[in-house]
Amino acid sequence: MKYGRIPQLAMATGLGTLALLFGSLQCPAQYTPTSGPGSALSIPQAQLIQPEALNHLLQTKGTEKPLLLQIGSHLLFDEAHIPGSVYAGAGSQPAGLQQLQSTVATLSKKKAIVLYCGCCPWNRCPNLGPAFKQLQDMGFTNVKALYLADNLGTDWVAKGYPVERTH
Amino acid sequence: MPPFALCRFALTVVFLAACSIASEAQSAFAARTLVHKNAPEFVRTGLDHKRLDLNAYRGKVVLLNFWATWCAPCQVEMPTFVAWQNKYGQHGLQIVGISMDDDPALARAAYRKLKLNYPVAMGDVKLGDLYGGVLGLPMTFLIDRHGEIRAEFQGETDLNKIQSQLQSLLPSR
Repeated sequence: MKYGRIPQLAMATGLGTLALLFGSLQCPAQYTPTSGPGSALSIPQAQLIQPEALNHLLQTKGTEKPLLLQIGSHLLFDEAHIPGSVYAGAGSQPAGLQQLQSTVATLSKKKAIVLYCGCCPWNRCPNLGPAFKQLQDMGFTNVKALYLADNLGTDWVAKGYPVERTH
Repeated sequence: MPPFALCRFALTVVFLAACSIASEAQSAFAARTLVHKNAPEFVRTGLDHKRLDLNAYRGKVVLLNFWATWCAPCQVEMPTFVAWQNKYGQHGLQIVGISMDDDPALARAAYRKLKLNYPVAMGDVKLGDLYGGVLGLPMTFLIDRHGEIRAEFQGETDLNKIQSQLQSLLPSR
Protein backbone atom coordinates (compact mmCIF):
# COMPACT_ATOMS: atom_id res chain seq x y z
CA MET A 1 0.00 0.00 0.00
CA LYS A 2 2.71 2.39 0.98
CA TYR A 3 4.53 1.79 -2.34
CA GLY A 4 1.36 2.80 -4.13
CA ARG A 5 2.24 6.41 -3.30
CA ILE A 6 5.41 6.31 -5.40
CA PRO A 7 3.66 6.99 -8.74
CA GLN A 8 1.74 9.83 -7.10
CA LEU A 9 4.94 11.30 -5.72
CA ALA A 10 6.71 10.86 -9.04
CA MET A 11 3.85 12.60 -10.82
CA ALA A 12 3.82 15.44 -8.29
CA THR A 13 7.58 15.84 -8.60
CA GLY A 14 7.36 15.76 -12.37
CA LEU A 15 4.66 18.40 -12.37
CA GLY A 16 6.71 20.45 -9.92
CA THR A 17 9.73 20.23 -12.17
CA LEU A 18 7.65 21.22 -15.20
CA ALA A 19 6.25 24.14 -13.24
CA LEU A 20 9.80 25.13 -12.34
CA LEU A 21 10.88 24.99 -15.96
CA PHE A 22 7.87 26.66 -17.49
CA GLY A 23 6.52 28.67 -14.60
CA SER A 24 7.81 31.91 -15.96
CA LEU A 25 6.34 31.43 -19.42
CA GLN A 26 4.49 34.47 -20.58
CA CYS A 27 2.83 35.48 -23.79
CA PRO A 28 5.38 36.49 -26.40
CA ALA A 29 5.90 40.20 -26.57
CA GLN A 30 4.08 41.95 -29.35
CA TYR A 31 6.25 42.48 -32.37
CA THR A 32 5.20 44.45 -35.39
CA PRO A 33 8.04 44.44 -37.88
CA THR A 34 8.62 47.50 -39.95
CA SER A 35 11.28 48.25 -42.49
CA GLY A 36 14.56 49.72 -41.39
CA PRO A 37 17.85 48.65 -42.93
CA GLY A 38 20.45 47.92 -40.30
CA SER A 39 17.96 47.93 -37.44
CA ALA A 40 16.73 44.94 -35.50
CA LEU A 41 13.38 45.55 -37.17
CA SER A 42 14.90 44.38 -40.45
CA ILE A 43 15.22 40.84 -39.10
CA PRO A 44 12.33 38.69 -40.35
CA GLN A 45 9.91 37.62 -37.65
CA ALA A 46 10.44 33.97 -38.62
CA GLN A 47 14.07 34.33 -37.60
CA LEU A 48 13.26 35.49 -34.09
CA ILE A 49 13.33 33.25 -31.05
CA GLN A 50 11.49 34.23 -27.89
CA PRO A 51 13.29 34.12 -24.51
CA GLU A 52 11.12 31.35 -23.09
CA ALA A 53 11.68 29.20 -26.17
CA LEU A 54 15.45 29.67 -26.02
CA ASN A 55 15.54 28.96 -22.31
CA HIS A 56 13.51 25.79 -22.85
CA LEU A 57 15.87 24.74 -25.63
CA LEU A 58 18.92 25.34 -23.46
CA GLN A 59 17.43 23.47 -20.50
CA THR A 60 16.28 20.46 -22.50
CA LYS A 61 18.76 17.64 -22.26
CA GLY A 62 19.69 15.72 -25.36
CA THR A 63 19.04 18.51 -27.83
CA GLU A 64 21.73 20.12 -29.93
CA LYS A 65 22.44 23.54 -28.52
CA PRO A 66 22.90 26.55 -30.77
CA LEU A 67 25.98 28.72 -30.60
CA LEU A 68 25.02 31.79 -28.58
CA LEU A 69 26.71 35.00 -29.62
CA GLN A 70 26.35 38.28 -27.73
CA ILE A 71 26.96 41.04 -30.23
CA GLY A 72 26.43 44.14 -28.07
CA SER A 73 28.32 45.83 -25.26
CA HIS A 74 31.29 43.99 -23.76
CA LEU A 75 30.69 45.69 -20.42
CA LEU A 76 27.10 44.47 -20.30
CA PHE A 77 28.35 41.00 -21.32
CA ASP A 78 30.73 41.07 -18.36
CA GLU A 79 27.88 42.04 -16.05
CA ALA A 80 25.63 39.22 -17.17
CA HIS A 81 25.24 36.92 -20.13
CA ILE A 82 23.43 33.75 -21.05
CA PRO A 83 25.52 30.77 -19.91
CA GLY A 84 27.67 29.35 -22.64
CA SER A 85 27.45 32.42 -24.83
CA VAL A 86 30.45 34.04 -26.45
CA TYR A 87 31.15 37.73 -26.87
CA ALA A 88 31.52 38.34 -30.60
CA GLY A 89 31.90 42.12 -30.94
CA ALA A 90 29.43 44.99 -31.18
CA GLY A 91 27.43 44.66 -34.39
CA SER A 92 27.20 48.42 -34.80
CA GLN A 93 30.97 48.80 -35.07
CA PRO A 94 33.16 47.75 -38.02
CA ALA A 95 35.65 46.22 -35.58
CA GLY A 96 32.80 44.31 -33.96
CA LEU A 97 31.65 42.88 -37.27
CA GLN A 98 35.22 41.79 -37.97
CA GLN A 99 35.30 40.04 -34.61
CA LEU A 100 32.01 38.34 -35.43
CA GLN A 101 33.39 37.22 -38.78
CA SER A 102 36.45 35.72 -37.08
CA THR A 103 34.33 34.02 -34.44
CA VAL A 104 32.28 32.08 -36.97
CA ALA A 105 34.92 31.72 -39.69
CA THR A 106 35.53 28.01 -39.22
CA LEU A 107 31.94 26.96 -38.54
CA SER A 108 29.66 25.04 -40.86
CA LYS A 109 27.25 27.34 -42.66
CA LYS A 110 24.46 25.13 -41.31
CA LYS A 111 25.48 25.68 -37.68
CA ALA A 112 22.59 26.84 -35.51
CA ILE A 113 23.45 30.30 -34.19
CA VAL A 114 21.45 32.57 -31.92
CA LEU A 115 22.45 36.23 -31.78
CA TYR A 116 21.44 38.40 -28.89
CA CYS A 117 22.14 41.86 -27.54
CA GLY A 118 19.65 43.29 -25.04
CA CYS A 119 21.44 46.61 -24.71
CA CYS A 120 18.31 48.66 -25.22
CA PRO A 121 14.75 48.38 -26.55
CA TRP A 122 14.44 46.08 -29.58
CA ASN A 123 13.47 48.78 -32.04
CA ARG A 124 16.46 50.86 -30.90
CA CYS A 125 19.14 48.17 -30.93
CA PRO A 126 21.99 49.20 -33.24
CA ASN A 127 23.80 45.86 -33.08
CA LEU A 128 21.46 43.05 -34.06
CA GLY A 129 20.55 44.16 -37.58
CA PRO A 130 24.13 44.52 -38.86
CA ALA A 131 25.28 41.33 -37.11
CA PHE A 132 22.38 39.33 -38.54
CA LYS A 133 23.06 40.67 -42.02
CA GLN A 134 26.75 39.86 -41.67
CA LEU A 135 26.00 36.21 -40.99
CA GLN A 136 23.49 36.06 -43.81
CA ASP A 137 26.01 37.57 -46.20
CA MET A 138 28.53 34.95 -45.08
CA GLY A 139 26.07 32.23 -46.06
CA PHE A 140 24.86 31.05 -42.67
CA THR A 141 21.42 29.52 -43.07
CA ASN A 142 20.37 28.73 -39.51
CA VAL A 143 20.63 32.03 -37.66
CA LYS A 144 18.08 33.36 -35.23
CA ALA A 145 17.95 36.51 -33.13
CA LEU A 146 16.77 36.45 -29.53
CA TYR A 147 13.85 38.85 -29.19
CA LEU A 148 14.43 40.92 -26.06
CA ALA A 149 11.72 43.57 -26.13
CA ASP A 150 13.30 45.94 -23.60
CA ASN A 151 16.70 44.63 -22.57
CA LEU A 152 18.50 41.62 -21.14
CA GLY A 153 17.70 42.64 -17.57
CA THR A 154 13.95 42.89 -18.06
CA ASP A 155 13.37 40.14 -20.59
CA TRP A 156 15.83 37.50 -19.44
CA VAL A 157 17.31 38.08 -15.98
CA ALA A 158 14.12 39.33 -14.31
CA LYS A 159 12.25 36.31 -15.65
CA GLY A 160 14.55 34.04 -13.72
CA TYR A 161 16.39 32.57 -16.67
CA PRO A 162 19.98 31.58 -15.96
CA VAL A 163 22.86 34.02 -16.31
CA GLU A 164 26.55 33.93 -15.67
CA ARG A 165 29.12 36.65 -15.21
CA THR A 166 32.61 37.19 -16.52
CA HIS A 167 33.93 38.57 -13.23
CA MET B 1 15.89 2.85 4.76
CA PRO B 2 12.73 1.57 3.01
CA PRO B 3 12.72 1.85 -0.80
CA PHE B 4 9.96 4.47 -0.74
CA ALA B 5 11.82 6.69 1.73
CA LEU B 6 15.00 6.35 -0.33
CA CYS B 7 13.13 7.29 -3.49
CA ARG B 8 11.48 10.27 -1.81
CA PHE B 9 14.83 11.41 -0.43
CA ALA B 10 16.49 11.18 -3.85
CA LEU B 11 13.68 13.08 -5.57
CA THR B 12 13.76 15.76 -2.90
CA VAL B 13 17.51 16.17 -3.31
CA VAL B 14 17.13 16.48 -7.10
CA PHE B 15 14.31 19.00 -6.74
CA LEU B 16 16.19 21.13 -4.20
CA ALA B 17 19.34 21.01 -6.32
CA ALA B 18 17.39 22.34 -9.30
CA CYS B 19 15.99 25.15 -7.16
CA SER B 20 19.44 25.89 -5.77
CA ILE B 21 21.06 26.17 -9.21
CA ALA B 22 18.33 28.51 -10.44
CA SER B 23 18.54 30.74 -7.39
CA GLU B 24 22.34 30.81 -7.40
CA ALA B 25 22.40 32.04 -10.99
CA GLN B 26 20.01 34.82 -10.08
CA SER B 27 21.51 35.76 -6.73
CA ALA B 28 23.65 38.56 -8.11
CA PHE B 29 20.52 40.35 -9.28
CA ALA B 30 18.11 39.26 -6.56
CA ALA B 31 17.52 42.58 -4.83
CA ARG B 32 17.27 44.60 -7.96
CA THR B 33 15.25 47.62 -6.96
CA LEU B 34 17.10 50.24 -4.94
CA VAL B 35 14.18 52.60 -4.45
CA HIS B 36 13.95 53.85 -0.85
CA LYS B 37 17.52 52.74 -0.19
CA ASN B 38 20.58 54.90 0.17
CA ALA B 39 22.31 55.51 -3.12
CA PRO B 40 25.49 53.42 -3.24
CA GLU B 41 28.46 55.71 -2.95
CA PHE B 42 31.21 55.80 -5.53
CA VAL B 43 34.18 57.92 -6.50
CA ARG B 44 35.45 58.13 -10.06
CA THR B 45 37.58 60.41 -12.18
CA GLY B 46 35.35 62.26 -14.58
CA LEU B 47 35.88 62.69 -18.30
CA ASP B 48 36.94 66.24 -17.39
CA HIS B 49 39.69 64.66 -15.21
CA LYS B 50 38.07 66.02 -12.07
CA ARG B 51 37.14 63.91 -9.06
CA LEU B 52 33.52 62.74 -9.19
CA ASP B 53 32.36 61.80 -5.70
CA LEU B 54 28.64 61.09 -5.39
CA ASN B 55 28.79 61.81 -1.68
CA ALA B 56 29.93 65.37 -2.41
CA TYR B 57 26.47 66.10 -3.83
CA ARG B 58 24.69 65.33 -0.57
CA GLY B 59 22.24 68.20 -0.04
CA LYS B 60 21.41 68.33 -3.74
CA VAL B 61 18.91 66.34 -5.74
CA VAL B 62 20.92 64.06 -8.01
CA LEU B 63 19.75 62.61 -11.29
CA LEU B 64 22.13 59.72 -11.94
CA ASN B 65 21.98 58.63 -15.55
CA PHE B 66 23.63 55.51 -16.99
CA TRP B 67 24.05 55.89 -20.74
CA ALA B 68 26.18 54.87 -23.71
CA THR B 69 26.91 56.23 -27.15
CA TRP B 70 25.28 53.18 -28.81
CA CYS B 71 22.05 53.74 -26.87
CA ALA B 72 19.65 55.70 -29.07
CA PRO B 73 17.12 56.54 -26.33
CA CYS B 74 20.02 57.89 -24.26
CA GLN B 75 20.92 60.35 -27.01
CA VAL B 76 17.32 61.56 -27.01
CA GLU B 77 17.35 62.17 -23.25
CA MET B 78 20.69 63.85 -22.81
CA PRO B 79 19.98 67.23 -24.44
CA THR B 80 17.00 67.50 -22.11
CA PHE B 81 19.24 66.72 -19.14
CA VAL B 82 21.52 69.57 -20.27
CA ALA B 83 18.50 71.88 -20.31
CA TRP B 84 17.41 70.69 -16.86
CA GLN B 85 20.90 71.27 -15.45
CA ASN B 86 20.66 74.84 -16.73
CA LYS B 87 17.13 75.34 -15.48
CA TYR B 88 17.21 73.59 -12.11
CA GLY B 89 20.90 73.66 -11.24
CA GLN B 90 20.56 76.84 -9.21
CA HIS B 91 17.70 75.23 -7.30
CA GLY B 92 19.74 72.25 -6.19
CA LEU B 93 19.70 69.76 -9.07
CA GLN B 94 22.89 67.98 -10.01
CA ILE B 95 22.91 65.63 -12.96
CA VAL B 96 25.62 62.96 -13.04
CA GLY B 97 26.29 60.76 -16.05
CA ILE B 98 27.90 57.34 -16.12
CA SER B 99 28.93 56.07 -19.53
CA MET B 100 28.72 52.32 -20.01
CA ASP B 101 30.66 52.45 -23.24
CA ASP B 102 33.48 49.96 -23.73
CA ASP B 103 35.66 52.65 -25.28
CA PRO B 104 36.18 55.87 -23.26
CA ALA B 105 37.14 57.71 -26.45
CA LEU B 106 33.59 57.32 -27.74
CA ALA B 107 32.20 58.71 -24.49
CA ARG B 108 34.60 61.66 -24.58
CA ALA B 109 33.59 62.48 -28.14
CA ALA B 110 29.91 62.40 -27.19
CA TYR B 111 30.62 64.47 -24.09
CA ARG B 112 32.06 67.21 -26.29
CA LYS B 113 29.53 66.87 -29.11
CA LEU B 114 26.52 67.03 -26.81
CA LYS B 115 28.11 69.84 -24.79
CA LEU B 116 27.25 68.10 -21.55
CA ASN B 117 27.21 70.58 -18.68
CA TYR B 118 27.33 67.99 -15.92
CA PRO B 119 30.02 65.56 -14.77
CA VAL B 120 30.38 62.24 -16.52
CA ALA B 121 32.56 59.28 -15.59
CA MET B 122 33.10 55.86 -17.10
CA GLY B 123 31.20 52.98 -15.56
CA ASP B 124 32.32 49.42 -15.04
CA VAL B 125 30.99 46.10 -13.80
CA LYS B 126 31.57 47.08 -10.17
CA LEU B 127 29.54 50.27 -10.50
CA GLY B 128 26.83 48.43 -12.43
CA ASP B 129 26.64 45.86 -9.65
CA LEU B 130 26.39 48.59 -7.02
CA TYR B 131 23.26 49.81 -8.74
CA GLY B 132 21.66 46.41 -8.99
CA GLY B 133 23.03 45.45 -12.40
CA VAL B 134 22.80 47.86 -15.29
CA LEU B 135 21.56 45.36 -17.85
CA GLY B 136 19.99 47.68 -20.36
CA LEU B 137 20.06 51.36 -21.07
CA PRO B 138 19.11 54.02 -20.38
CA MET B 139 18.81 53.66 -16.64
CA THR B 140 18.24 56.65 -14.40
CA PHE B 141 18.00 57.09 -10.65
CA LEU B 142 16.58 60.06 -8.80
CA ILE B 143 18.34 60.63 -5.49
CA ASP B 144 16.97 63.05 -2.92
CA ARG B 145 18.94 65.58 -0.86
CA HIS B 146 19.50 63.00 1.88
CA GLY B 147 21.05 60.48 -0.48
CA GLU B 148 18.01 58.21 -0.74
CA ILE B 149 16.99 56.80 -4.10
CA ARG B 150 13.44 57.95 -4.71
CA ALA B 151 12.80 56.67 -8.21
CA GLU B 152 14.33 54.42 -10.83
CA PHE B 153 13.61 54.64 -14.55
CA GLN B 154 14.55 51.82 -16.89
CA GLY B 155 14.54 52.01 -20.65
CA GLU B 156 12.78 54.65 -22.68
CA THR B 157 10.88 56.80 -20.22
CA ASP B 158 8.53 59.72 -20.62
CA LEU B 159 10.77 62.65 -19.72
CA ASN B 160 7.77 64.54 -18.35
CA LYS B 161 7.44 61.81 -15.74
CA ILE B 162 11.07 62.19 -14.68
CA GLN B 163 10.78 65.98 -14.65
CA SER B 164 7.66 65.87 -12.52
CA GLN B 165 9.35 63.66 -9.94
CA LEU B 166 12.54 65.66 -9.80
CA GLN B 167 10.57 68.89 -9.40
CA SER B 168 8.80 67.35 -6.42
CA LEU B 169 12.16 66.72 -4.76
CA LEU B 170 13.52 70.21 -5.29
CA PRO B 171 12.83 72.86 -2.67
CA SER B 172 9.74 74.88 -3.48
CA ARG B 173 10.61 78.22 -5.02
